[in-house]
Amino acid sequence: MSGEESRPSSGSPGAVSASGEIEQPKPQPLAVQEAEIVAVRRGMFPTAGGGSDTSGYGRLVRKIELPGQSPRPYGGYFDEVENELFGALDEQGLAPELAIERVVVYRGQITFQVRREHLVQVAKTLRDDPALRFELCLGVSGVHFLHETGRELHVLVPLMSVTHNRRIQLEITCPDSDPHMPSLYGVYPAVDWHERETWDMFGIIFDGHPSLTRILMPDDWPGHPQRKDYPLGGIPVEFKGAQIPAPDQRRSYQ
Amino acid sequence: MTIQAERAADDMSDAAANARTGTPPAAEELHGDPYGSGDEAAGGRIFTITGGDWDEIADSLGEAPEERIVVNMGPQHPSTHGVLRLILELEGETVTETRVGIGYLHTGIEKNLEFRNWTQGSTFVTRMDYLTPFFQEVAYCLAVEKLLDIEEQVPDRASVIRVLLMELNRISSHLVCIATGGMEMGALSAMIFGFRERELVLDIFEMITGLRMNHAYVRPGGLAQDLPPGAVDKVREFLALMPKRMKDIEALCNENAIFKGRTEGVGYLDLTGCMALGITGPILRSTGLPHDLRKSQPYCGYENYDFDVCTWNTSDAYGRYRLRMDEMRESLKIVEQCLDKLKPGPVMVEDKKIAWPAQLALGGDGMGNSLDHIRHIMGESMEALIHHFKLVTEGFHVPAGQVYVAVESAKGELGCHAVSDGGTRPYRVHFRDPSFNNLQAAAAMCEGSMVADVIVAVASIDPVMGGVDR
Repeated sequence: MSGEESRPSSGSPGAVSASGEIEQPKPQPLAVQEAEIVAVRRGMFPTAGGGSDTSGYGRLVRKIELPGQSPRPYGGYFDEVENELFGALDEQGLAPELAIERVVVYRGQITFQVRREHLVQVAKTLRDDPALRFELCLGVSGVHFLHETGRELHVLVPLMSVTHNRRIQLEITCPDSDPHMPSLYGVYPAVDWHERETWDMFGIIFDGHPSLTRILMPDDWPGHPQRKDYPLGGIPVEFKGAQIPAPDQRRSYQ
Repeated sequence: MTIQAERAADDMSDAAANARTGTPPAAEELHGDPYGSGDEAAGGRIFTITGGDWDEIADSLGEAPEERIVVNMGPQHPSTHGVLRLILELEGETVTETRVGIGYLHTGIEKNLEFRNWTQGSTFVTRMDYLTPFFQEVAYCLAVEKLLDIEEQVPDRASVIRVLLMELNRISSHLVCIATGGMEMGALSAMIFGFRERELVLDIFEMITGLRMNHAYVRPGGLAQDLPPGAVDKVREFLALMPKRMKDIEALCNENAIFKGRTEGVGYLDLTGCMALGITGPILRSTGLPHDLRKSQPYCGYENYDFDVCTWNTSDAYGRYRLRMDEMRESLKIVEQCLDKLKPGPVMVEDKKIAWPAQLALGGDGMGNSLDHIRHIMGESMEALIHHFKLVTEGFHVPAGQVYVAVESAKGELGCHAVSDGGTRPYRVHFRDPSFNNLQAAAAMCEGSMVADVIVAVASIDPVMGGVDR
């Protein structure tokens, strides 16, 4: 833990410069924002294979919306956590609106969407502030939203405070064109393998990780298997004279 | 095992090496070794050893034992819990650096899940950590139920049976941990006792779910079917027998001088180390911190059961063994309370848009489709047939969003991060497997200890590679 003082400071400027041209962090009022639209789907069946949707629902348009900013008060301990976090960030001279994009309360769980430039500082505050004390980091889990331009790659970091018996989640996004994110290794050494796994599976580069190498796939593997544009693989199976296509080739509901 | 000795390339000719080792690898073999370059100047000399006496091997090196040796233990090694690869750097017999290589059992379960409907997911997740199938099933189903917002609607009976199975599963998992841990130290009796007792639990599982492992019995919304007749009696028999059987293991190990000599002070990891490395489960509780999600953040109605969170204060492999024994006793207590809480009732949610249309029934050729249900959909009601068809082929829609749900598995916090895009299939499911995280502690536990202690330390982590690699 002794080396962590230098690590975030050496890691975060790279992240800022890497992403500075993509999104300029502007202070935004934390108002009730619209839901996050991650994709727009048409028809009942995917028609990427060249066929047409013959179901009669071809003109159906469906927006895939993830829950957006939640209205205050959130209820439970969520308001207290938010106030403490925002207060602590203010004290450090970082406007909370700069660091936190959205606060989403969904199904009784609170998620702070953190801008990646400020992730390490936010995580350190969450860990060290006596009123917060999120001392356990429970991993890093990537999600690939292929059609959410500029925010294709999401990462969820669940945190737990054993002291206060609370749970929160951090969510960080980055564009596919610049898949960089500051590593949390300096704050939570537990994310070592989790970040390697997320690099392996999604191709997100965690700046400042001591040895970001593949962990589950072979070292020379091409591509990142959990991305949505990476095929599942598999071969068609012949059964009683008929060809059953591989699971990702079958016609399926959207 | 491959031993790589760092040495100057010119100090031993091949002929000399042949004379000393007896079975030298030919130069061609060395160059064909995918894990060693065969380039002595770059990687040192490589010996491939599949057995024999360590002294002879050490002698064959022909130099003082202080020199740095890299031992590649695994991935196929009987004492590394499956396909775990440990890369140990040794000074004599002391480990100076430990690196862990995983991924040999990666099967892409999380990717596969995205191509099946939500109900079928249960079949995949049960295969992750194959020693704790019910914990994955419950964590996954709780996550799906949270996304559906039907947690309150899951019938009590289903929750009680889930708890019952999870606690039995905790016992069987701990038994395997103690059994294999004992075997790796040479305590074959512990192995025989452990697997014998585990068989009792697996018999119960087989009776209830039809399978000894990979059950897919817990489904989103409830269970695949109700308990079969006779199951409660069988569990009661087990409850009567198990304390006696546990005494066998305890009499063998608790005060056994050899066992204590091998495990006490070995694999030490204190609370600070656990917190930094995100360690949960028995390893964390062996440091004295009573952190157990069943108590602190109850799910499945754990708040209604009377049990204690066991702790130990030695932070070593012996403490973890004792802690697991204590936890098994608490689990027996919970199982007994489950049996008392079992009230007749449904085991699947009421909502017909989510609940699987039929439960399984016992037929002439074993467990299968319920003939009553088939009669109903094929002969009586067209609407029921349509409903059945839609639900089974298409599945139910889950509102878009994401949740992270955690349960206290036998090995620590098992988290399920489920993301839905509003469709009938998971958009992404990620499992935070406790073994995956806890195995990170192998280096902290092993460095500075003897080679033989590495085995004990890794065994006390209780990693299951199916869960680690998923």
